[in-house]
Amino acid sequence: MNITEKILAKASGKKVVHPGEIVDAKVDMVMVNDLTGPLAVEAFKKIGVQKVWDNQKAVVVLDHQVPAESVKAAELHKTLRQFARDQKLRIYDVGKGGICHQVMPEKGHVVPGTVIMGADSHTCTYGAFGAFATGIGSTEAAAVLATGKIWLKIPEAIKVNVSGEFQKFVTPKDLILSIIGRMKADGAIYESVEFTGPTIRGMSVAGRMTLCNMSVEMGAKNGIIEPDEATRKFLEGRVKSMPNFEALRSDKDAVYERTVQFNVSKMEPQVACPSSVDNVKPVSEVGNVPVEQAFIGSCTNGRIEDLRLAAQVLKGKMVKEGVRAIVIPASQEVYSQALNEGLLEIFTDAGAMVCGSACGPCLGGHIGLLAAGETCVSTSNRNFIGRMGSTQANVFLASPATVAASAVTGKITNPRKLEAEA
Amino acid sequence: MSTKIRGKAIKFGNNVDTDVILPGRYMILVDPYELAKHALEGLDPAFPEKAKEGVIVVGGRNFGCGSSREQAPLALKYAGVKCVLAESFARIFFRNAINIGLPAIQCKGISDAVETGDDLAVDFEAGEVKNFSNGKKFQLEKLPPFIQEILADGGLIENLRRRMNKE
Repeated sequence: MNITEKILAKASGKKVVHPGEIVDAKVDMVMVNDLTGPLAVEAFKKIGVQKVWDNQKAVVVLDHQVPAESVKAAELHKTLRQFARDQKLRIYDVGKGGICHQVMPEKGHVVPGTVIMGADSHTCTYGAFGAFATGIGSTEAAAVLATGKIWLKIPEAIKVNVSGEFQKFVTPKDLILSIIGRMKADGAIYESVEFTGPTIRGMSVAGRMTLCNMSVEMGAKNGIIEPDEATRKFLEGRVKSMPNFEALRSDKDAVYERTVQFNVSKMEPQVACPSSVDNVKPVSEVGNVPVEQAFIGSCTNGRIEDLRLAAQVLKGKMVKEGVRAIVIPASQEVYSQALNEGLLEIFTDAGAMVCGSACGPCLGGHIGLLAAGETCVSTSNRNFIGRMGSTQANVFLASPATVAASAVTGKITNPRKLEAEA
Repeated sequence: MSTKIRGKAIKFGNNVDTDVILPGRYMILVDPYELAKHALEGLDPAFPEKAKEGVIVVGGRNFGCGSSREQAPLALKYAGVKCVLAESFARIFFRNAINIGLPAIQCKGISDAVETGDDLAVDFEAGEVKNFSNGKKFQLEKLPPFIQEILADGGLIENLRRRMNKE
């Protein structure tokens, strides 16, 4: 079996599972946020049970519309706080957490080998730690809160084997954009995507999170990476107990629906052009695209490694007149680290606006929305029509280095070229 | 849920995402009828008007890709969509639709054989959809019995209540 099958077999009390089989799996952790939580609470109350099945295994994170941008949002947040109090659930409120997918592993809620259900599509991020994690909706989250179980179809698996070394300013974000560009938005529907190979082994946990995070953009049920020493190092002091990683290796004879190879050595920075995540081009082929907004942040690219990279590009430079640059550290922990490292000063000196840890402009529901005819280059994960505001706005997705370089020049720019010209 | 549905088709292409089905900025709306006013706003702002008499949405591949927002299928359901037929669905949208009692059924070949305005009849028991406008017939993907039960009960919550009461 592969790692995903092993985790799901254990969770459903079976020795072996096969793709296509439907199992009833025990859930180790469920998460809801402020956009999906209120509907889940409403549905939970309709079920008629009094208590959450296990209050140690459910977490609430407020991250999408925080601090509340309207009275309506404030009311929803209030409902969630009350539910967390009544049920004695862990809640990460304004100023205490940040983006759910950063907070969950930081606070030790993501354990390798466990089954995690999150009422947010980017829950697949936790596969970076060797957990089986996938997104569900509010009603389903309510059912998990009540029963601790969920039906799952064992997915077919795709192995993505990555080799080679990244050139300067080419990042895991460029790799995942390139993978989605080749596999397409429906290339992995219902499947498990397992990232392997020497490049993955040498990659930071942050980079692995970026890969698994965007697996859902090709339709995948989960992205996953076998845990190793890098995983252990990140999680030590965060998780209550560390499982044995040996049980979380894909067998030599594990079955994959297909294996695809990627080599990053000659890879250029990549850009996903409007209005589909799989409309991916090397930055040199994007052409002359002026931008009004540049966003660095989100669950895809708001980590300290991302901010360091952006700061490296922006240090001593100014954001071009006419461009609004917005930087959002993914969590309070990242914010604090960026502050201590002097990164926030680099951003503010460059004329970028640094905002408090939350989802921000990514979902077009809170701050940093776009007007008709405007263009944003963003480190986030979706560029669908209307995603960040007006249906007549355009969103280009790129790495923190590319977005930072574009903020300086006012048009989509290869960070390697900007450096060479300096 | 009745086992037969008849209605006019409204057809969309591949990769219809949840941001065009229901933009993120409307997710603070609690009343499903308010959500419905913005259903598919990203592709056709007139959709709620067209759907209110009851329609069948036909999609291409990967219908409902993107966010986990259950407000997307809710907006469709309350706008008047009786059923969604597509070449394939994004998994979270599929589960969400079933869980709120909106039939979402895979139907290979459907998008090439249906045009907006065609008169469709879906027979869940027979597992068949007929296009009266051109006489073509298609097989629906067979859903596992427990999913059929969730739909028959009107959604996951109702299904769960019934099952828990039995235990």
